[in-house]
Amino acid sequence: MSKAMRDLVEVHPFMTSMNEESIELVSGCARNAVFAPGSLLCAEGGDADTFYLLRRGQVSISVHIPGRGSVVIETVGAGDVVGWSWLVPPYRWTFDARAMDDVGCIAIDGACLRVKALTDPSLGFALLSKVSVTLLERLQATRMRLLDLYGDHRVQ
Amino acid sequence: MGPTLRDGAIVPGPVNSSKDLPRGVHDLQSPGSYRVMREDDGEIFGWAVGPGSWKNEYFPPSQVMWRSEIVGDTLVFRQPDRSHALLAIVGARPCDVAALRILDHVLEEGVHRDSRYSERRDSNFIAVVECASPADTCFCASMKSGPGIDEDFDVALTELNDELGHRFIARIGSPRGADVLSSVSTRPANELDLEARALLLETASRAMSRSLPFDEVANLLARNVEHPRWLDVAERCLSCGNCTSVCPTCFCSDVHDTTDTSGAIERRRTWSSCFDLEHSYLHGGSVHESSSSRYRQWMTHKLSTWWDQFDSTGCVGCGRCIVWCPVGIDITEEVAAIAAHDQARVAVPSRPGAS
Amino acid sequence: MRPSSVAPRGNLNDLTPIVHRVVERIGETNDITTLVLEPLDAPSMTFRCGQFNMLSAFGVGEIAISMSSAPGEGTLRHSIRDVGAVSHALCQSRVGDLVGVRGPFGSDWLVESASVEADLDPRDTIVVAGGIGLAPLRGAVEELVRANERGGGRVFVLVGAREPSQIVFRADLDSWRARGAKVSLTVDLATPEWDGRVGLVTTLLADAGFDATNSRAMLCGPEVMMRFTARALVDLGMDPEGILVSLERNMQCGVGWCGHCQLGPFLLCRDGPVVPYAGLVSQLLTQRER
Repeated sequence: MSKAMRDLVEVHPFMTSMNEESIELVSGCARNAVFAPGSLLCAEGGDADTFYLLRRGQVSISVHIPGRGSVVIETVGAGDVVGWSWLVPPYRWTFDARAMDDVGCIAIDGACLRVKALTDPSLGFALLSKVSVTLLERLQATRMRLLDLYGDHRVQ
Repeated sequence: MGPTLRDGAIVPGPVNSSKDLPRGVHDLQSPGSYRVMREDDGEIFGWAVGPGSWKNEYFPPSQVMWRSEIVGDTLVFRQPDRSHALLAIVGARPCDVAALRILDHVLEEGVHRDSRYSERRDSNFIAVVECASPADTCFCASMKSGPGIDEDFDVALTELNDELGHRFIARIGSPRGADVLSSVSTRPANELDLEARALLLETASRAMSRSLPFDEVANLLARNVEHPRWLDVAERCLSCGNCTSVCPTCFCSDVHDTTDTSGAIERRRTWSSCFDLEHSYLHGGSVHESSSSRYRQWMTHKLSTWWDQFDSTGCVGCGRCIVWCPVGIDITEEVAAIAAHDQARVAVPSRPGAS
Repeated sequence: MRPSSVAPRGNLNDLTPIVHRVVERIGETNDITTLVLEPLDAPSMTFRCGQFNMLSAFGVGEIAISMSSAPGEGTLRHSIRDVGAVSHALCQSRVGDLVGVRGPFGSDWLVESASVEADLDPRDTIVVAGGIGLAPLRGAVEELVRANERGGGRVFVLVGAREPSQIVFRADLDSWRARGAKVSLTVDLATPEWDGRVGLVTTLLADAGFDATNSRAMLCGPEVMMRFTARALVDLGMDPEGILVSLERNMQCGVGWCGHCQLGPFLLCRDGPVVPYAGLVSQLLTQRER
């Protein structure tokens, strides 16, 4: 792992307030990645062994519905993380994640990180803590959208 | 017009002579209960208040704002007839006058001035009668609106009926009052008369067992919006709206248009109540869905947010809401219950609670 | 209704409307219509952005609708969403129909007209609009963009809608973007042709590029959206005193007589609809009415 990679990992919002050791361990499983517009970062049903710290560009989270095509559920961008299923069994992606434009990111080997987390509980805890924060935000936002605030809610 | 006895209650009615006034009538009032009795003492004003207030004369329950019709190819607006007989009220109570003062703020000092209300207020004659016999449910003393009164009247009367005789002390409050009194036989009030009046008012004040903490109630309610008492009172409250019907300061109204097949339109303003479910209708539902929400709205408006909106209290302590509530909910008791377990949970900017 | 003239009208104090004619009708979305109105025999109304009028659909009733024109535009515009009897009647109006107008009422967005030679506010302004909430903000954004062109603070326009077809005033959004405003859009539900952001409007805040500690905000949309957005802005460091929201309650008279539009200490027809988020309002918005 190069110092350049470590520097890139350290400044990503996902890594803020993680300790030196955790940053080292994560950086050791990291590599640079780019995705051309339209290419898939995650494919529904695939093995979820990688997750991505987005540095540049927009990514759509979508699900393919026969008759409706690929329906975009959410878009995420620089500073976000794509791919959570690497942390939770059965380690399989539930949605497609597709680059909407030129996407630059740090790809992290989730399988490798899982092994390290088993032997280093503090790393495991740090990762779960960060993941929980984002999952909570996403859940809250999703619940808000369920309210259909812009809809017409008159009792018929 | 003046107080008249009708259907077992003292209500506003036409008065042509003193014979039409409720001589010898006394009232007995308590939560959810109102009775009148007759005594032989000849007292004309030996009662407190009845269900009706003088609000009706200035701010009618239903009023046409304008009418329009299509004449040929022209839309024509017609104002309703604005003429009205000059109104003289003999026998208003100090709390009634205080209530009209409160309504003046609402209807005359808003974005628009209710000009018909103003015309009636400007052209009326009020002879107010101070209270000698407050009911158990009265708390005007703590609301600073009675039992005596010192301004905003043409004539103020105090009925005395003691060993020195049955007489009225009359105080002049305006040139018109002086004019009217000049055609009545009077003698100057002496020391004994004035002492008797002072004693009467003092006794009446002290007889009132109910009260509200005038200086504190606004802030108390503002910081207790989540108090469990609101749920408690909701178990009892029927949302019937009787309290708002008899309250002399409630002003909520609906503005609605009706039309006929010729295209003529009438816009009316009609009394409504915050206890109506539709009162807070918004986007397909009511903001104040539950009766606890509506009761809280009514009470916090009357005693607290009225200060923010109109720079005065909304309550004159007449006790009508207590008497005419079918289940006897007592606004003074509700405030005391909240004060007893002041949650002080919500830090709010301090509001004006007193003058 | 189609009379061509109106006889001298009654007394504004009796809630008599000033009769206007529909001179243009724009179908913005499947349930939002913009009406452009001109008075029949009265001077054009002067108003401030954020204020509202009581619009009468003659024979049906009257509702409160914010102006969506910018004051300097010289027209009176209202964008109305078809959700009830009166709004339906207004949305069905055609050019030449008569509509009653009473106003202007209420508080405004506190945006100085850019044409006035005054000190321009250097702060950035973040405008967040949800759904038809962009209508009451349209005039204010226009003024802010003009002010920015003359050296005032930057303008960020963040718009959320249910789906792409529900985004209103696209021409204005393009115009503002072309004149230097940062315009971001997002929808709750994407359609196949949509290649923009999908998600809650609060997701537009993080990377919009403003310094929350040195800006102000104007929010208009569903109340839940406004209170979550306001909280998110405060979390980013914005001073709550600098956040304005536009609140709504049942309105019937518009002049403070009928008591319907109360929200705690406010009579929204007089003290609102635009109120600062700080202090009392932030608590009022989370007060549960069961």
